[in-house]
Amino acid sequence: MLDLAIEERKDFVYTKSKQRKALKCDTDSISGAVSQRACVYCGARVVLNPITDAVHLVHGSIGCASYTWDIRGSLSSGSELYRNSFSTDLKEQDVIFGGEKKLTKAIEELVQKYRPRLVFVYSTCVVGVIGDDLEAVCRAMAAKHNIEIIPVQSSGFVGNKSMGYRAACDSLLRLIEPRRGQKIVKRKNCLNLMGDFNLAGETWIIKEYLNRMGLALNVAFTGDAKYETLKTATQASLNIVQCAGSMMYLAKKFEEKYGTPFLRVSFVGIEDTVESLRRIAKAINDQEVYEKTEELIAVEMEKTIPVIQEYGKALQGKKAAVYVGGGFKAISLIKQFKELGIEVVMIGTQTGGPEDYAAINDLVEEGTVILDDANPAEIERFTLEKGAHLLVGGVKERPLAYKLGLAFIDHNHDRKHPLCGFDGAVNFAREVYSTVCSPVWKYV
Amino acid sequence: MSETNTHFRNVNENPCNMCMPMGGILALKGIEKTMVIIHGSQGCSTYMRRHISEHFNEPVDVASSSLNEKGTVYGGEENLKKGLDNLRKVYHPDFIGILTTCLAETIGEDIERIAQEYVRERDLSQDLVVAVPTPGYGGTHTEGYFLTIRRIVAKLAKKTQKHSRINVIIPNISPADIRELKRILSLMDIGYILLPDFSDTLDAPYSRLYRKIPEGGTPLAHIKAMSGAMATVELGITVDDSLSAGKYLEDEYGVPLYRLPLPMGIENTDLFLKTLGEITGKGVPKVLELERGRLLDSMIDSHKYNFQGRCAVFGETELVYAISTTCLENGIFPAVIATGSRNERLGALLAKSLQEGGSNYVLLNDTDFAHIREQCKIMKVNLAIGSSEGRYLTEREGIPLVRVGFPVHDQVGGQRILSLGYQGTMAFLDRITNTLLDNKHQNYRSSLYRKYFVG
Repeated sequence: MLDLAIEERKDFVYTKSKQRKALKCDTDSISGAVSQRACVYCGARVVLNPITDAVHLVHGSIGCASYTWDIRGSLSSGSELYRNSFSTDLKEQDVIFGGEKKLTKAIEELVQKYRPRLVFVYSTCVVGVIGDDLEAVCRAMAAKHNIEIIPVQSSGFVGNKSMGYRAACDSLLRLIEPRRGQKIVKRKNCLNLMGDFNLAGETWIIKEYLNRMGLALNVAFTGDAKYETLKTATQASLNIVQCAGSMMYLAKKFEEKYGTPFLRVSFVGIEDTVESLRRIAKAINDQEVYEKTEELIAVEMEKTIPVIQEYGKALQGKKAAVYVGGGFKAISLIKQFKELGIEVVMIGTQTGGPEDYAAINDLVEEGTVILDDANPAEIERFTLEKGAHLLVGGVKERPLAYKLGLAFIDHNHDRKHPLCGFDGAVNFAREVYSTVCSPVWKYV
Repeated sequence: MSETNTHFRNVNENPCNMCMPMGGILALKGIEKTMVIIHGSQGCSTYMRRHISEHFNEPVDVASSSLNEKGTVYGGEENLKKGLDNLRKVYHPDFIGILTTCLAETIGEDIERIAQEYVRERDLSQDLVVAVPTPGYGGTHTEGYFLTIRRIVAKLAKKTQKHSRINVIIPNISPADIRELKRILSLMDIGYILLPDFSDTLDAPYSRLYRKIPEGGTPLAHIKAMSGAMATVELGITVDDSLSAGKYLEDEYGVPLYRLPLPMGIENTDLFLKTLGEITGKGVPKVLELERGRLLDSMIDSHKYNFQGRCAVFGETELVYAISTTCLENGIFPAVIATGSRNERLGALLAKSLQEGGSNYVLLNDTDFAHIREQCKIMKVNLAIGSSEGRYLTEREGIPLVRVGFPVHDQVGGQRILSLGYQGTMAFLDRITNTLLDNKHQNYRSSLYRKYFVG
């Protein structure tokens, strides 16, 4: 067992060896450990925010809305309403006397000004404690204005970020439920994409692949989604799930309620993109779709592989450390680094589950450090001990990598370039090259 | 001229401020060998770290007591104590700040008692831990910042021998600005205790050896000695007495307090140097006189271009005051002046100069960006000055933005933006003038063509 300063952290970290070990994960962060995780509200907001024509109203004091105003790279083909951050901005008086009245007035004001058809009301810590009845306020206002107002139970203390994903999925399930008596007609060759947030247009890239395969993207959860299209979600005949950490719950519930099967996919890296496209074609089970898929793969591979190989030449033998949010990304990244001749020597996630870590364990070499809910001290220690040349992470990890003299890859929701599919794989290879082979390292 | 606020509205649409603990973190990051723990749910510390990291491009480690449902129902005392134990094991700090959140305050955590009990139980120095109540609903990051400084001083300052240094208490300014203040003080040969000093901790040079707590910050021994200083210069004219560390030192230890605006612009910088001279008897060195002369020269060179500017100034009160007065000195009229804080002083302080400016203006207290945007349209503003959040005004209204203040997260170098002293003012004014000129160059051919040729 690795020697760590904080005793309780020992169960969350291990070095891969012949003996397989179960990693402790998917539980509360340890006090004082400087976790890189955010909270329930963050999880919920990340998942729902890409819905473009919704009002996203944060019921609480100002900070929660300030720190989440237009910080994500999700793109829209229509409304820009989601890029605003609305808050009830609770003050001391509201905390003492309750915030329901203020919430009611806030919804009135927003409905008047923007005429939305959909409003999400996010609960925050303070609201969870003072016990405002979000459900009642939302129901009353929805009835009054004849629109949908959905409360999101995302008080920060009720769990970790994964709990926020679940709260968001529960809200989505409410939203897509067909009206009573409405018959569900499934459309052939029509798919929903789950767990893609249209960062830098990624949903659009996947949509284009599906179209070239002779398939239609019905609606994405939640990249570039809008009220109208979300309402048609039950018409899809298959759900493909990318970010399983946030959306597996939705996919399972969907299957349970509407009998729609789901398929796990990942468009991160060439290997997983190709495999996912083939698995979709197989699930559709149509000769024409199958042929078109192979054609798509052949055309794209021919364009992509030489570029990636060229970058790979300069990157052979380099070592990478990975610390990202979700399990699917971590798993795909191990394979994607292999495509570039790079070995992953440290890998961890904020919200991965036992299955994710089992898959990670199987993919990495012996000696690789695997860790859940890591902190800066652990990232510092293991990147250095393992001799990593680069780190993959988000905004908080970037300056740490740079201070340690490591190259860095931004794999977060703020990025401005797509990293999915074939184009994304080229972007990724270029980004790795641009940071690992930069001349600046000669001077440090 | 008018003063409005948004109290009649029930929605804050695109916030112009952050919450109290954010300010607390910034203040504590300016103390030597210090670590911070946020008592609340896990998200608060992470969001704030992320925001601060983006501005400074530095690792920003802040612990959290990671309160869960159980802690919320039965009290978070055990969590907090365990958190303190854990962060001490990893960071070995000489000083720890505990900041509360909405959650901790709403469930009624008595952090002062918990902090005292903690050091007693672990047999540690009483001076190791400071606890600051910073509920998110209690004020903005500006109030959180000043309150935290006051609490740190109240905790550490002890009756001490008089000495010849002066205290300099600063608002949230860039590391580059802090370094400029220190340069000026050194040029004048004045001994000082500057609080808080995050010029190194949040803008650390690259070095091979990584330190979990970066070097720098105001030394604890210096803070202890603030009670014996010759005087306190607090760059905080908009700060309420109850949040003022300078006021505390005056009331408790009789240290004379001089409250001054940030030294930005000719008048404010002159006043700063004059006051320093009065306190210490030191004169203004030649170097600074030359810098003043160059600033005047640049002001004359640019004055006609600057006259074209009608600006919106938004952000933290001290910076808003200093920018507004600097603009007025240069014929750039601040038509919209806005802050997310509830602050009565700002309007009163600016009223006279703004009225002399001869044009209409609005002063927005406790406001948001939707309101600022509306007012910018009405007041025909052609330049915005403030943090990166102002990019919203650029995107929606085409108003160019000159970035200054916190946070600057959509460009690099937020920590290096220099705006204080004669040199800083000159750099600031050049950025303003050049933005106005760029705008002119981009538009004048087509607008004159439309006006006179097309007709």
